[in-house]
Amino acid sequence: MELSNELMLEMYYAMLRSRRLDERAWVLHRQGKIVFHISGMGHEASQVGAAFALQVGKDWLSPYYRDLALMLCFGFTPREFMLSLYGKQGEVSSGARQMPSHFGLRRANVISTGAPVATQIPHAAGIGLGMKLRGADSVVLTCIGEGSTSQGEWYEGLNWAAVHKLPVICIVQNNQYAISVPAHLQMAIANVADRAAAFGMPGVVVDGNDVLAMYHAVKEAVDRARKGDGPTLIESKTYRPVPHSSDDDDRSYRTREEVEQWKKRDPILRFKNHLEEKKILATKINEDYESKIRAEVDDAQKFAEAAPYPTIEWAMGPVYATEAYHA
Amino acid sequence: MPEMTLIEALRQAMDEELARDECVFITGEDVGPRGGVFRATQGLFEKYGAKRIIDSPLAELSIVGIGIGAALYGMRPICEIQFADFIFPAFNQILNEGARMFYRSGGEWAVPMVIRAPYGGGVGGGLYHSQSVESFFAHIPGLKVVIPSNPKDAKGLLKSAVRDPNPVIFLEPKKGYRLIKGQVPEGEYTIPIGPANVSREGSDLSVYAYGIMHHYCLQAAEKIASEGISVEVIDIRTLLPLDKTTILNSVKKTGKALIVHEDNLTGGYGGEIAAIIADEAFTDLDAPVRRLGAPDIPGVPFSHPLQDWFMPNVEKIATAMRELANY
Repeated sequence: MELSNELMLEMYYAMLRSRRLDERAWVLHRQGKIVFHISGMGHEASQVGAAFALQVGKDWLSPYYRDLALMLCFGFTPREFMLSLYGKQGEVSSGARQMPSHFGLRRANVISTGAPVATQIPHAAGIGLGMKLRGADSVVLTCIGEGSTSQGEWYEGLNWAAVHKLPVICIVQNNQYAISVPAHLQMAIANVADRAAAFGMPGVVVDGNDVLAMYHAVKEAVDRARKGDGPTLIESKTYRPVPHSSDDDDRSYRTREEVEQWKKRDPILRFKNHLEEKKILATKINEDYESKIRAEVDDAQKFAEAAPYPTIEWAMGPVYATEAYHA
Repeated sequence: MPEMTLIEALRQAMDEELARDECVFITGEDVGPRGGVFRATQGLFEKYGAKRIIDSPLAELSIVGIGIGAALYGMRPICEIQFADFIFPAFNQILNEGARMFYRSGGEWAVPMVIRAPYGGGVGGGLYHSQSVESFFAHIPGLKVVIPSNPKDAKGLLKSAVRDPNPVIFLEPKKGYRLIKGQVPEGEYTIPIGPANVSREGSDLSVYAYGIMHHYCLQAAEKIASEGISVEVIDIRTLLPLDKTTILNSVKKTGKALIVHEDNLTGGYGGEIAAIIADEAFTDLDAPVRRLGAPDIPGVPFSHPLQDWFMPNVEKIATAMRELANY
């Protein structure tokens, strides 16, 4: 299916919005206003391409900490993100009990995530199992970095998805570094997706900086999953142009030349050029987008700065649920 | 009231819950046509089919991980870990995911699931088919930890566990599966998670135990009754959350407390009960709080005389009771 110009502009806007919000978080950290940020920069094409292939409200998401752009597509708001950066009351993922970017969004079927990596993969398989048992035609997307695919959790979760042909799509956002450790010290193969053969599911390598390629790859996987044909492993090859987190210094493990080289292949710049060449994105539209986003990010920051901190009572609990929500 | 064994009562509880709620399903190793290595799920595969009685891959963390995912989706998984000794690959999922999910999501995501695991020694199981693991889990806020000691409680507590909106670690004294028989009420009933049970009233000392050690404590109490020693026996039943009121009420009456478990002594659950008594019933005590546990060695040795040396039994318990009564 070809994407309409309107949809492509929406995708571009979603990528740009995530980037500008992400950039503001880095600025706030440098200003000493927040204590921590972990970025999704460079990953916007992988995530927005995926999000547009899903049906928000019907499909489920078991994300990881770089999925800011994906979360925004699922309805997470800049105000909610800023509340998490500032650790303020009403933060939607955890009530500010967790660090920023430990995403979760009940209203959009985004399950809560913690910090141990790859634990979200068995959860996605379990959600997929629930969908299969209920006969739902929903799918679940789960995302992970390439480093975390070294964890047993990743294998065990995807193995379940394959054995039971569950409607699971796993996107490995391969940005080539697990903090400082390069992919070649993580695995002896060139592509994570090659491992799909061992599970008995299709494995697809996609240029993760090409939002349209990501959209089409994920769409195909979603169609397969919805038909009951089982899971797909998608590897998006991308790059993290910033340190792992605000506490990292990437100069100790990679050259500036390498980073600069990848910045030229930035997914947003690339899509912008594409849309301009096709005369889909006019300068005026882009300026409108930028100013609209700036206003939204400004508003979100002010909102979070003015918000109160949680009360100590909120630290105490509740620890136990008195009822369980059912899908 | 029909008499049945502990394992028959557990099977009946699962059968009834499967029939009552179609969200309930069972997964674990060999739980399908084999009916579980202890036959806890015998006949359930034939009755409910492969969709609801699911033989898992031989990978414990995935059993718990997919259980958590399915629970988040709205299912009610009963996950069987074949032996408690093998639960540790799933420890990360239990501790970091299942137990913390409700708190870390600000109460948005509950995990209604049961993790059943046979535990305990005296069965010729050596180091890796004999372990008592309760103190690891009783340390974790967000979990409930239940250990039944008799068929009636086993059925009623397991049904409550299935209906509980929180993750419940349900540890079953496997030596008692067929050894412990008892009357089970006909028809629908549950026993709430939380309250301990005064299973034998007495006046000279209070003895606290759970699982098969509780079974032995009743026998030991009966044995020394003829010597004129009146023992009150408290079946803890729920280790987390702990029923402090019943514990304290008993020791305030008798003035003496003995805690018995087959886990090794150091860091064992008895220390928690002893601390609570020391803290809140100090002035009621007529003797030091005593603990009887297994020796601090890395596991239950296989060879029979060595195993017998390791395990607390009726004789050892009776001796400890006498000593405390005569203090």
